[in-house]
Amino acid sequence: MFDLLSGALNKAYRAIVGQKVLTEANVEDGIRAVRQALLEADVNFAVARDFIEDVKQRALGQDVLKAVDPGQQFIKVVHDALTALLGGEKVGLPVAPQGPLVLMLAGLQGSGKTTTCGKLARWLKEEKKKNPLLVAADLQRPAAVDQLATLGKQLGIEVFTDRSGAAAPEVCVRGVEHAKRLMHDVVILDTAGRLHIDDELMAELADVQARTKPHGVLLVCDAMLGQDAVNSAKVFHERLPIWGVVLTKTDGDARGGAALSIKKVTGRPILFCGSGEKLDDLEEFDPPRMAGRILGMGDVVSLVEKAQSVIDEKQAEKEAKRLLKGQFDFEDFLRQVGMLKRLGPLKKVLGMLPGVGQALKEIDFDDKRFKRVEAMIQSMTVKERRHPDIIDIERRRRIAKGSGNELQAVHELIKQFKTMQKMMSQLGKGGFGGLAGLGGAGGFGDLPGPMGGPGLGGPGFGGPGSGGGSGKPQRPQSGNDAFRDFMRGRKR
Amino acid sequence: MVFGKLFAGLEKTRKKLAAGLARLFGGGRKLDEAFLDELEEVLYGADLGPTGSKIVEELKHAWQRRELEETAQVPAFLRERLLARLRDAEAGLARAASGPTVILVVGVNGSGKTTSIAKLARRLQLDGRKVLLGAGDTFRAAAVEQLTLWADRLGIGIVKQATGADPAAVAFDACAAAKARGIDVLILDTAGRLHTQKNLMDELGKVVRVVQKQIPGAPHEVLQVLDATTGQNAIRQAKEFGAVAGVTGLVLAKMDGTAKGGAVLGIRAEVPLPVKFIGVGEGIDDLEPFSAEDFVDAILTFGRGGAVPS
Ligand SMILES: Nc1nc2c(ncn2[C@@H]2O[C@H](COP(=O)(O)OP(=O)(O)OP(=O)(O)O)[C@@H](O)[C@H]2O)c(=O)[nH]1
Ligand SMILES: Nc1nc2c(ncn2[C@@H]2O[C@H](COP(=O)(O)OP(=O)(O)OP(=O)(O)O)[C@@H](O)[C@H]2O)c(=O)[nH]1
Ligand SMILES: [Mg+2]
Ligand SMILES: [Mg+2]
Repeated sequence: MFDLLSGALNKAYRAIVGQKVLTEANVEDGIRAVRQALLEADVNFAVARDFIEDVKQRALGQDVLKAVDPGQQFIKVVHDALTALLGGEKVGLPVAPQGPLVLMLAGLQGSGKTTTCGKLARWLKEEKKKNPLLVAADLQRPAAVDQLATLGKQLGIEVFTDRSGAAAPEVCVRGVEHAKRLMHDVVILDTAGRLHIDDELMAELADVQARTKPHGVLLVCDAMLGQDAVNSAKVFHERLPIWGVVLTKTDGDARGGAALSIKKVTGRPILFCGSGEKLDDLEEFDPPRMAGRILGMGDVVSLVEKAQSVIDEKQAEKEAKRLLKGQFDFEDFLRQVGMLKRLGPLKKVLGMLPGVGQALKEIDFDDKRFKRVEAMIQSMTVKERRHPDIIDIERRRRIAKGSGNELQAVHELIKQFKTMQKMMSQLGKGGFGGLAGLGGAGGFGDLPGPMGGPGLGGPGFGGPGSGGGSGKPQRPQSGNDAFRDFMRGRKR
Repeated sequence: MVFGKLFAGLEKTRKKLAAGLARLFGGGRKLDEAFLDELEEVLYGADLGPTGSKIVEELKHAWQRRELEETAQVPAFLRERLLARLRDAEAGLARAASGPTVILVVGVNGSGKTTSIAKLARRLQLDGRKVLLGAGDTFRAAAVEQLTLWADRLGIGIVKQATGADPAAVAFDACAAAKARGIDVLILDTAGRLHTQKNLMDELGKVVRVVQKQIPGAPHEVLQVLDATTGQNAIRQAKEFGAVAGVTGLVLAKMDGTAKGGAVLGIRAEVPLPVKFIGVGEGIDDLEPFSAEDFVDAILTFGRGGAVPS
């Protein structure tokens, strides 16, 4: 998952980083890498091409902000353009002028319709205090009715079933009538999965729509969809048309470029994301987050923005230089821990990054470890902080005692520190000016740190020398483990 | 192979696609950069991803070396390059030397596992083999009922427990039953899971270990069902399922749509898995052995009166 964060986009960044201004030439390099990122994220080829044109115009029209690195500026341009394309204004569910709100879910086989019916019903009941009725109108797939009935039971929400042998459109009509009689204020129709090229079944869907007049048809799409997403979404929209899209299975590591394609060809918004198999795994769609995901950089933009407001640029720049020369000492280290703390609770900050957020769910840690690190450094003399090499065993004992830690903890801290110092200086030699980002592991290392400074470097999230300068996606586990071990204070 | 079905599904929208390809190959177009760009687009459209770019690169080099000069030569070139990447991709099912053959079926959510199992059981049944199913998806609502319905339709046995049971326990029971009942082939269903969910992948690993322990040499096949509409994420899926469950082959489901399943080429660039079957519909007979030639022809839309003569 960590390699989500590296790859093409970092190439884009590197192509531009260190340049003073955005010029046609360096933008061109960045553009090429962004195009690659989009294609690897399954954004439709033609959509990616149009988008790139748009970005080019925007990027070259930009005034160069003095304070901001062109690389970051470029990424922000791309990100903003993508966000605009994905979102614009927020759209919710339609409203029913009178009577129950009728929603109809449709989509390809296995996309997640039935599960999403359950999730939506739950959401409407819990968050919107509605009284929904689910209608089981998939009469094709074996046990589809049972599936919805089971979900309804789990939720305490009524499910309308009709096993009389009536056809799906008729069952839907009966379901809506049933809802009116029983004063339900929302009806959700679960339809069978079908291929957009199956004329017969598409006609059936159109029939359901004609007879029940849903206020909104929701197209349920799998986030793992590839290039064919445009074909199916287009036909579904032509036949129905759709009100909006639910993007399912976003809890995986698919970059979800199909979302962009679907939005582009239908012109309809994405309303919700399914983020798990459980019935409360439904989230309202968040365009900036999705944009980051498609680009493969998580919420790094918002992180950058946030960081810009707490980090002293000049200081950061100075540190970056020192750091890359291997002159990084415990005072820098301490300052970084402080910065990191000011960004907010660690878990939340890191949670903004996909992959990491997931990894953190499994780890039991809090900011205590950072406090301990701080305490240990604070127990060092200024001389020790500036010249860590002089910290011998006697001094270590004193530091341990002074900070209320085991000697082992001090050993580890110093070891971690040295590893990081070494890694940083190697990176410096590698010539990645603006690097430092979130440490060294996996894809992390290639991330632009806020303001091109040492930024979030902090206490070496990474394993010794791993990732960083190589720019090559690492096996997800390695970075993960290093990080996890560190947070648990485990000896490596 | 009967590729009628594969193309029947494509018939309606194929015209449109074919039009694009016809423009590309027909009408005396020149082989130039613009042509190569459009070709790359066509290959990307089939989810070939970077493999598509590589093939276009290869074409470009061949063109620069004057090994080929006009667009009419391109289809044969592409065909050859695609087939080269599918060498040994066709493969039959492994069989236990003695005792029951165990086939474990894995994959992400909704890819088509349970339906493919029913289809596979049907094939084996027609082959005269005694088949037993194991309802290893104890998680999803009515997953057990779904497989049970298929077993009933086929008139074959099924080993199951209640929803919420330990899937490893179901696997254990199913193996025991297979041995006791003199079963030829045991096919084990599993719950859909995203390869990023560590706990669920661990659970799958446990199922594999239970099967290994129960029947030496088993599972003889671990089939990963891949939805043909899947994009580049398919590669990660194959890697992770391969690492955890030791996948031995792919089943490419939902090939009856307009998706071409080109992600298989991306997968094979990293993991040399054979494709054992393709799914071409929701019916019990809609499973066919994979044919590399037909697959490539479908990508290039050459087949059955398509735009280009092959
Ligand atoms: N991980 C994950 N799984 C999901 C999500 N939404 C649905 N699923 C799973 O995807 C699979 C298919 O979901 P269904 O709701 O049965 O899909 P469907 O579209 O109704 O399928 P058909 O009716 O057969 O066309 C199930 O295993 C679900 O648990 C999601 O957001 N995340
Ligand atoms: N058109 C088409 N649909 C298929 C094919 N194979 C499966 N399906 C449909 O895809 C949907 C999901 O199939 P399942 O077999 O339930 O998928 P699964 O992988 O077992 O799903 P989970 O257990 O929820 O993860 C169902 O509606 C199937 O009918 C195929 O080859 N073509
Ligand atoms: Mg369904
Ligand atoms: Mg299943």
